[in-house]
Amino acid sequence: MDSESHTYELKNEFIKLYQQNADFLNSNSGPLMNEFRPKAFDDFVKLGIPTTKNEAYKYTHIEEYLKGNYEVEFSVDPFRINLKEIFKCDIPDLDTYVVLMLNGSYYYDNQMPSLPDGIIVCGLNEASVRYPEIFRMHYGKYADTATDGLIALNTLFAYDGVFIYIPDKMTIEKPLQIINISYSFRNLRITRRNLIVAGSGSSCNIVFCDHTLCAHNYTTNSLTEIFAAQDANIEVTRIQNENSLSSHISHTFFHQEERSSVTSNTISLHGGLIRNNFFARLNGTGCESNHYGLFMGDDNQHIANFTYINHAMPNCTSNQLFKGILDENATGAFNGKIYVSKDAQKTLAYQKNSNLLLSPAARMNSKPHLEIYADDVKCSHGATIGSIDAEAMFYLRSRGITEKEARQLLMYAFAYEIINKINIEVLRDRIIDLVDRRLRGELSRCNNCHIHCQ
Amino acid sequence: MENSQEQILSEVTGSEYKYGFTTDIETELIPAGLNEDIIRMISARKNEPEFMLEFRLKAYRHWKTMEMPRWAHLNIPPIDFQQIIYYAAPKSRPNPKSLDEVDPELLRTFEKLGIPLEEQKQLAGVAVDVVMDSVSVKTTFKETLAELGVIFCSMSEAIREHPDLVKKYLGSVVPYTDNFFASLNSAVFSDGSFCYIPKGVRCPMELSTYFRINAANTGQFERTLIVAEDDSYVSYLEGCTAPMRDEHQLHAAVVEIVALDNAEVKYSTVQNWYPGDKHGQGGIYNFVTKRGICKGDNSKISWTQVETGSAITWKYPSCILKGDNSVGEFYSVAVTNNFQQADTGTKMIHIGKNTRSTIISKGISAGYGQNSYRGLVKVTKNAAGVRNFTQCDSLLLGDKCGAHTFPYLEVENDTAIIEHEATTSKISEDQIFYCNQRGLDNETAVGLIVNGYAREVLNKLPMEFAVEAQKLLQISLEGSVG
Repeated sequence: MDSESHTYELKNEFIKLYQQNADFLNSNSGPLMNEFRPKAFDDFVKLGIPTTKNEAYKYTHIEEYLKGNYEVEFSVDPFRINLKEIFKCDIPDLDTYVVLMLNGSYYYDNQMPSLPDGIIVCGLNEASVRYPEIFRMHYGKYADTATDGLIALNTLFAYDGVFIYIPDKMTIEKPLQIINISYSFRNLRITRRNLIVAGSGSSCNIVFCDHTLCAHNYTTNSLTEIFAAQDANIEVTRIQNENSLSSHISHTFFHQEERSSVTSNTISLHGGLIRNNFFARLNGTGCESNHYGLFMGDDNQHIANFTYINHAMPNCTSNQLFKGILDENATGAFNGKIYVSKDAQKTLAYQKNSNLLLSPAARMNSKPHLEIYADDVKCSHGATIGSIDAEAMFYLRSRGITEKEARQLLMYAFAYEIINKINIEVLRDRIIDLVDRRLRGELSRCNNCHIHCQ
Repeated sequence: MENSQEQILSEVTGSEYKYGFTTDIETELIPAGLNEDIIRMISARKNEPEFMLEFRLKAYRHWKTMEMPRWAHLNIPPIDFQQIIYYAAPKSRPNPKSLDEVDPELLRTFEKLGIPLEEQKQLAGVAVDVVMDSVSVKTTFKETLAELGVIFCSMSEAIREHPDLVKKYLGSVVPYTDNFFASLNSAVFSDGSFCYIPKGVRCPMELSTYFRINAANTGQFERTLIVAEDDSYVSYLEGCTAPMRDEHQLHAAVVEIVALDNAEVKYSTVQNWYPGDKHGQGGIYNFVTKRGICKGDNSKISWTQVETGSAITWKYPSCILKGDNSVGEFYSVAVTNNFQQADTGTKMIHIGKNTRSTIISKGISAGYGQNSYRGLVKVTKNAAGVRNFTQCDSLLLGDKCGAHTFPYLEVENDTAIIEHEATTSKISEDQIFYCNQRGLDNETAVGLIVNGYAREVLNKLPMEFAVEAQKLLQISLEGSVG
């Protein structure tokens, strides 16, 4: 059977799954969320699961990761385990507001007593009922279900996630740390939908951590819409560390108004499939949009980063830097796009993708891509793929450093360019440690996790 | 400043296409449309052996199952393939033995084009094969070349006189199933050039083909095949022009190059088909498949192209680097002005060990032009020690045009070193100011800057072509400061 008929089967499976659970989903989520389902359904029926014929998924056989025996847990009230007992973030001195998410749902017992006034952090489902004005203005406004079957799929099955609202001119000093935990006794499909709204002149720092606590298969389809109003400043750091059986597809949409600044930093440490889609629409003048990523793969992992930076307005700046280190049979892909519309004069847009291949079986595909319709712009992109520089190696070896250590040093130096962009110092130190151990081949699991992933 | 810029821009866009004349020459046409009978007719007119007819019919049958691809970043109006005349030949004796037998009107055409067709211009040192509409009209210097064993003749002649070579290599690099336009070409190609360089021969002169579309409503489908045996060398030039007409004309050519051990083939193109007028009316659709294979070890294929013409250009001269240590090069300048569109680039497929490739692409967009670079660098699993360097720059002149880059890097071997870099920018006011200060007006300054920008590629052209290319660039772009 060829892959197309596989995809077709898979598509029907999802359609059936939705039809079976539509009543439950619709009666347990707010009407503002349900409004989007009919269109998402039509779009999914039309688009299906993207195949490699889809230019954006050319190098990622997404259907391979989505098929299989999974259960789905549509419950707005997940089984009440005491998460705090089995999981604790072990980053020393990392002072954050911790928000726990369990299998895509907002954990019922999150406590954030000292949250500054006006800031809202709650479950998405809850927000759709309690804060309809904000919700209506932003939910589903940036992620267009007609563009990608997986976005349609997420919107179709969306029932919970995290909702964050920062009022105008408000700054949260402490980072908000959202810990996504996958924990179950069986294979699970997880859908997570987040919405972050930052008012004008506000500033926040958000850290996402993805963990799997059991050695089961998880396929996660997570989508985050982030709205940055005028002069807002948002930093998003994401640490992806899941087991090698898991597949994680994440879509992040940034919608930026005038003079807003967004920085996303994604560290992909571990996971069977990691596919990150970043979309940024620079919808006002003077925006800044920075997207950085570091990914490390070994075994049979596949890590793909896709970016689409849309310069819709003049005088904006965007930077993209993605670096990958691939070992054993790992495959990587980078598919980056800068789009400069005809009115976006004085655009500065940069994109770079560098990759290290460490083994003969490792593979990398890179497609840095520019589409420019304005003339007064400075845009550049670059891509490199290669192995460890023999001369640099020789330099270190001739100074008495062992081959293994020299290799480690060079890889670390390669990765450091990205890590260095993280502004939270304790987090940065922690990531340095994780990356260092990751590159040494030790599974960089958080220290006091009891669950031994495979 | 603004005013003078607009003035210069309008002058430039108003500049006439120099080669837009038509030649009043009797032309033999076959009915428009495409079916098996038409193909049999073409084949019969050309007295082709049976195997060619079979090749054509197979290609046609395959073509019928295909759909026109839509992936290119181009806006192509629908093409009615049944409205095209697939064979048009200047009506003179089929095989002119000397210049006297060639229609004088035809000779005047080529004089106007400045092609050294007459043998008295021996000093030019270029052997020319001229293809008008679909048929090769004259090949010069044949005897000189024959002494060395070099075969340089029209494709029809090659099919008749060297069927073994044709049979062996035709379709070996671009099979008739390759793509929509290559299949179409395989079915209906009417002529083209054939070039064979025997073992150990260094071709003493540049070989050149000049293509000219003359008749109305015709499509030109030529097929070029170059075979370079072990240790041989050849430099091949290709030029093209067409009259100004309001309707679009289709040009779908196929070029195949085979380089065996230690052979080197240099292929240069100055493509100046009629680009259409400043409102986007008329112009040639230039949909071409060009591919070379470095079959032997240490072989080298180098493509150089200057693309200034055509309403739509869609071509990717590619190299399959199969032999160990083989080298592929691609140097390109593509200009789109007015409503021209170009989607061009290259593919470098690294299969052999220690193969190297260089890609230098310079795109220039002005007016409403849309210019895309699309390239693939592929390193297969067993290709150890591969080196690639790619640079693709775009220059934007004017705020209505676009420049796009679609590079694909696919690497399956860890010893490869692949570098890609691209920039997009406009001519800066500083640069213009600097030139102004030194007494150069805007027009000269832009000409200077554009030529400097394209120099890297122009330098790769044989001298004669480089001069022509430089002039072409000047004509298409002078003064269009954004």
